[in-house]
Amino acid sequence: MNPQDAAALVQPYQVHRDIYLSPEVFRLEQDRLWAGSWLFVGHDSQVPQPGDYTTMTLAGQPVMMIRREAGSGPGAIAVLLNRCAHKGAPLSTAPAGHADRYLRCPYHGWTYRLDGRLAGLPVKAGYEGSDFDHGPAQHGLTPYGEVAVHRGFVFARARRGGPAFAECMGELLQALDLLCDRSPQGRLQVAGGVLRTEFAANWKIYLENVNDAFHPITTHVSASQSAGDVWQAQAQDGPPPLAMKQLLPFASGYDFFAQMGARVLPHGHSVLGTWASLHTAYADLGGYGEALRAAHGAERAAAALAFAPQNVVFYPSMALKGAPQVMRVLRPLAVDRTVLEAWAFQPVGAPPELLHSALLYNRQVFSPMSMVAHDDLHLFEGIQRSLAARGNPWVSLHRGAVGGDDERPPRDVSGIDEVLLRNQYRAWAEGMLAVGEEVV
Amino acid sequence: MNPADVTAADLVAFVAHEARCLDERRWDEWNALFAPEGWYWLPACPDATDPLAQASHLYDDALLREVRVRRLQSPVAHSQQPAGRCHHLLQASEVLLCDPDANRFELRTPFIYTELRAGHTVTLPGVAWHQLRVHDGGLRLVLKRVDLLHADQPLPAVEFYI
Repeated sequence: MNPQDAAALVQPYQVHRDIYLSPEVFRLEQDRLWAGSWLFVGHDSQVPQPGDYTTMTLAGQPVMMIRREAGSGPGAIAVLLNRCAHKGAPLSTAPAGHADRYLRCPYHGWTYRLDGRLAGLPVKAGYEGSDFDHGPAQHGLTPYGEVAVHRGFVFARARRGGPAFAECMGELLQALDLLCDRSPQGRLQVAGGVLRTEFAANWKIYLENVNDAFHPITTHVSASQSAGDVWQAQAQDGPPPLAMKQLLPFASGYDFFAQMGARVLPHGHSVLGTWASLHTAYADLGGYGEALRAAHGAERAAAALAFAPQNVVFYPSMALKGAPQVMRVLRPLAVDRTVLEAWAFQPVGAPPELLHSALLYNRQVFSPMSMVAHDDLHLFEGIQRSLAARGNPWVSLHRGAVGGDDERPPRDVSGIDEVLLRNQYRAWAEGMLAVGEEVV
Repeated sequence: MNPADVTAADLVAFVAHEARCLDERRWDEWNALFAPEGWYWLPACPDATDPLAQASHLYDDALLREVRVRRLQSPVAHSQQPAGRCHHLLQASEVLLCDPDANRFELRTPFIYTELRAGHTVTLPGVAWHQLRVHDGGLRLVLKRVDLLHADQPLPAVEFYI
């Protein structure tokens, strides 16, 4: 399959099932769309000291995010392929670790500086007379690609070409700034641990759902009804506990989700709506609101607290919520297999209850044992099987059509418009066609 | 029953009965095995110490257990069509603490849990920790903690209490 054939699977108001089902499309997608996109790699709070690293897979590549020597300036975080230049062994198989000044391959002891340059190899005299100095191994570890860091969030793009980081992210960076300013120090910290779910469906089915405020009323009826019934039966005075406040809004009707609004942005990105704010209960917790106003000024503090988007999508790899401060990261494994990660943040200098709220949300809504996620995952896996049915090969994305150039981002839309999904697929087709240097 | 009457056999029988309630979908009876302040906890990492500040797959009090149990029986719970089933294979429980004076009892029970849902089987080994006290004339759970071997790994959907 060539990229033109793949891009033709996306039409203005419908997409062909092969984008979810074809292993060939998946391989091409990893090499072009994913390698050519600014992907979320990690957060610099995961690697506070020089030599600290994490490992993961990005666009099908084994990758290591490592903090370089002190004084490395803007390039303080390196994103390297986790592949020894000698025989291909991974430098580390741990999800996170620390290298003391040098990375050392466990197989034959080749060593690398923290920026990936080859530092030394045992029995160096044995290489004399060979053409080692002209081979690729002398360059050490291969960089994954370009790296950009914004407010601690680390992104990287393997395939050069296309818009620079700030241009690609556009308005999303202002959204990220607002989220970070939930901290009196302007910094978020990854905390508490990550929940991971593996499911048997294509990653795009999940990412569509992140922007699909049309589904909760039917998909999540069992969870929202049960929560509502149990809470009513308690007949207690006073407001519901936070756990209930997080579950009950899933019962909201189409009007609520339509009115919460959304904004579609170039390159597949988007901002979807606001909840009736969960954060208000924390505004004055332990002097939090006061600390925020002292740090950022009253206006900025109010703006940061008021910004509570349902989902900010950093297409194609990540989505953030504002309140609670949680993040979902997609890790495609195969055309029909995906890992979802749910991360939590502690705004530095804010009360620990903000982290507690984020972790509560993750386990109630994104855990593999979440009663909300169960119906989602069940339907995603069913879609993956039933899309292959004979007959109609198209997935309809017609709702909220305005037609022609008016579809183009940036644009403010209803929270239940499928333009949010059409916007993802416009970027998908562009990403499949994008011309860029080969993956380094 | 008073705390002084509790025997090791009572404690071991409680654990077996608790698992049987889950396997036989007797959820209301199962929920009644908890003390009013009782929690069910399934951490997302080994050696977890803090259910509020560390990620968990589940940390349910009476209210959330009631919601979950109701949802499992809801006719509009899509993922329960057809209704799933679960099975606990328990190793012999070890009584770790039997302190009638403090009204505190604790057991450790390794297990293999199997869940069948929509034609798919999930098998998860782990260890269950039961912290009990005598309340209202019977043994009741203060905490059931479940440590899965795969706690920090990507997991498929698991819908029932383990």
